Amino acid sequence: MPRSPRVRRPALLLASTLALSATVSGCGFLGIGGDEPGDIQVYSARHYDLEDAFVEFEEETGLKVDFIFGDDAELLERLKSEGDESPADMFVTVDAGNLWNAEEQGVLQPVDSQVLKDSIPAEYRDPGNEWFGLALRARTIAYNPDNVDPADFDTEDTYAGLTDPKWKGRLCMRDSTEAYTQSLVASLIDLHGRERTKEIVQGWLDNDVDIMSNDIELLEAVDAGTCDVAIVNHYYYARELDEKPDLNVKLFWASQDGAGTHVNISGAGITESSDAPKKAQRLLEWLASDGQKAFVGGNHEYPVNPDVAPDDVIAGFGDFTPMPVDAKAYGSLNPEATELLAEVGYE
Amino acid sequence: MTVTAAPVPGPRTRARRGAGSGRPAWSFVTFLVALVVASPVIAVVVDGVLNGREATMPRGLGGMVVTTLLLMTGVGLGTLVVGGGLAWLVTAYRFPGRDVLVWLLVLPLAMPAYILGFVFLSTFDAAGPVQSLLRDVLGDAVAFSVRSLPGAIVVMSLSLFPYVYLMARAALVEQSPTTYDAARSLGAGRRRAFWRVVVPLARPSLAAGLAIVMMEVLTDFATVQYFGVKTVSVGVYLVWKGSYDFHAATQISALVLVFAVAVLAGERLMRGRARFTQRGGRGAGLPAERLTGAHGWAATLACLLALAAGFVVPVIRLVGWAVAEARADPEAFVDERFGEYLANSLAVAAIAATGCVLLSLVMSHAVRIGGGRVVGSAASVTTFGYAVPGAVVGIGVLLVFAWADRALEALGVPNGTGLLVTGSVLGILYAYLVRFLAPAYQAVDASFAKIAPSMTLSAMSLGAGPLGVLSRVHLPLVRPGVAVALVLVTIDAIKELPIVLLLRPFGFTTVAVWVYQLAAENFWQKAALPALVIVAAATVPVYVLFRQIRATDRRDARER
Repeated sequence: MPRSPRVRRPALLLASTLALSATVSGCGFLGIGGDEPGDIQVYSARHYDLEDAFVEFEEETGLKVDFIFGDDAELLERLKSEGDESPADMFVTVDAGNLWNAEEQGVLQPVDSQVLKDSIPAEYRDPGNEWFGLALRARTIAYNPDNVDPADFDTEDTYAGLTDPKWKGRLCMRDSTEAYTQSLVASLIDLHGRERTKEIVQGWLDNDVDIMSNDIELLEAVDAGTCDVAIVNHYYYARELDEKPDLNVKLFWASQDGAGTHVNISGAGITESSDAPKKAQRLLEWLASDGQKAFVGGNHEYPVNPDVAPDDVIAGFGDFTPMPVDAKAYGSLNPEATELLAEVGYE
Repeated sequence: MTVTAAPVPGPRTRARRGAGSGRPAWSFVTFLVALVVASPVIAVVVDGVLNGREATMPRGLGGMVVTTLLLMTGVGLGTLVVGGGLAWLVTAYRFPGRDVLVWLLVLPLAMPAYILGFVFLSTFDAAGPVQSLLRDVLGDAVAFSVRSLPGAIVVMSLSLFPYVYLMARAALVEQSPTTYDAARSLGAGRRRAFWRVVVPLARPSLAAGLAIVMMEVLTDFATVQYFGVKTVSVGVYLVWKGSYDFHAATQISALVLVFAVAVLAGERLMRGRARFTQRGGRGAGLPAERLTGAHGWAATLACLLALAAGFVVPVIRLVGWAVAEARADPEAFVDERFGEYLANSLAVAAIAATGCVLLSLVMSHAVRIGGGRVVGSAASVTTFGYAVPGAVVGIGVLLVFAWADRALEALGVPNGTGLLVTGSVLGILYAYLVRFLAPAYQAVDASFAKIAPSMTLSAMSLGAGPLGVLSRVHLPLVRPGVAVALVLVTIDAIKELPIVLLLRPFGFTTVAVWVYQLAAENFWQKAALPALVIVAAATVPVYVLFRQIRATDRRDARER
């Protein structure tokens, strides 16, 4: 029996695919050849236009930055298992709890820098100087102005005020697997204690809150009027507004007569295993000062550096008082927050 | 098709053992594969047990177990009905559009779960276009949430049915018409012959397809999260990412493995003790009956409906977004490194598919030429990786290499393996092997199950060595299974995300990662184009292989 052509043809296809791929990617995918490695290597759980910021940094300083974007928890495990051999010099992540956890796990090293101390208010950086907040996001109220009079919101504790029966059947919120929800609840536990927070979450559920799986969906539901009130990150609102100027949604700054609106930070630290800590420090300092606009701009976030003005879109939302960020509390209370959500049956 | 195994000329005259006593070299290779493939999973579990604090099992774990069972049952039934039914329809009948639909029906597989969940919700939920339209017609009272367990069952059934469809079709195509003809000539009607002859014969393949679906359901995180369905996998995620406790999370992953063991045991049970093999080699399939008029169009409609829900509607939605995006910002529409991403995806998928299929052939063959229960169990072990979430497999690979590193350093090799895993695509390929050997092995093994042992025995008694039997007897007979295995692994590998995300070296980006970078930040419109690229990339192997199969089927028919 001669070798039949039917075996050969797929083999040929396969071989040509491989050859083509190898040519196009310059064999880079095999880990041989490819580009020269950069001066600073970054693991980042944040992507928003970070590439542009790094290009800007390279133009200013001549230092080339390589970065991998991935999931917070997974990149942290990668860092840990790579240990001393990790190529990463910097770890960028998107939640105060994650920053605190990275420090707890011992993957970061302290940085003594006057520039960082001058640029970042003390509440947004680690007292031990292992991590530094770089951008702020607020989680507040979005409402449909046709159906809601903003005077109806409880200005002292807006999040707890949503447990009032007048909001029954009118609320939309994010699911319990989302870090935003967990961190908001953790901050409420920090503020009110576990029992009171449990009552609040139970109150949302009693009001038949409609739970959704992303913030854009929440905003679209408010816009469509299938929900009257939602809790969202301010920058998703800014982005939707960019795309649809006639969006029928307004923002309300929560708890302005009380503890302030819930905010969280994105930030970075230099890894314990870094073989270029000085260069990485230079990048970190740049991100906290000259690079602030490049770091936050693409995503409509608030700069942590008080000398840098927020972009025009979010400046139009007006000033607000943020709830103080306690990374240690957010981090250490996060497990309790997830447990509490499960306990009352918030999915 | 007649199989002739000519005596091998030359000095190969050593005494042959019976097929039952095994071939040490082949058995050894199987054990080695099982060890290599199982070690990342074992590493994760061992690491979890060694380093775990008092395990913080998530609250409501019992509820999660029940939810997981309900979801698995629902999706299992759904895919069985849709996938099995469609496979029978396209194989036993001819109707308008059948030749194209045969391979189009595989395409829902190409839609990554992390994109499908969002597309479905944004299309069908209260604020979406479908309900908005209904409200315009029926009034404002229409507003319901599809974010529920039944919603998840429907969506997952519609996106996973091709696994059952592919396996069932391969089984039906391989069936020799003689059994069916015998049943008919003995007086059984078409329906009775179907239930009493065709279905029992296809049972191993249906079981294999279902097993893959179940494992897919077990490891899915994206869809269940969108639909708010709390499965055990969500438990893993919550403990890992909500409580920052990876080791406790791995202990729950071990629970997921228990489910996987149950699935595989169920599969063996469903195959039953009976071994349905057939004489006369690979069949030419059943004679297809032509459906005319309304019946024909009804069949076409059934296929189109399944295709519309799982594929066409999401694609239309994605195309709409992609066009809107292109209009809004034509310059930034296509990433300049697009070609490179695509090449990376294809290269890794091609290598993974080849590797998985070759190993599956070796293992199935080793089990077949003898080795008994132990070798068979070793081969089954290689399929567990599919039931472990991709991110956990990825970390297992990191752990295995970290240990190898330390071992090498202890032996005096400076730097150990260096950064072999995350410095190259080696880690990704290894993890792919761990994850995707299951679908490949299931497909190939289901085909092997239909070869009569007497065929293997005759070939061997006529003097063919194990390699000769593989290349000249087994391989030609299991070709449909091999084709299915190639398609499944290629598609799975192209859309795989967590493994690449975790193990990629600097500068290595695939199309799936490109989608994720945008989708993770809710840039759904921008993610539409790369998502469509994944779909397109997955379409090519499906098309090529089905053409191949059809061409050879026709030739076989002519030869006969």
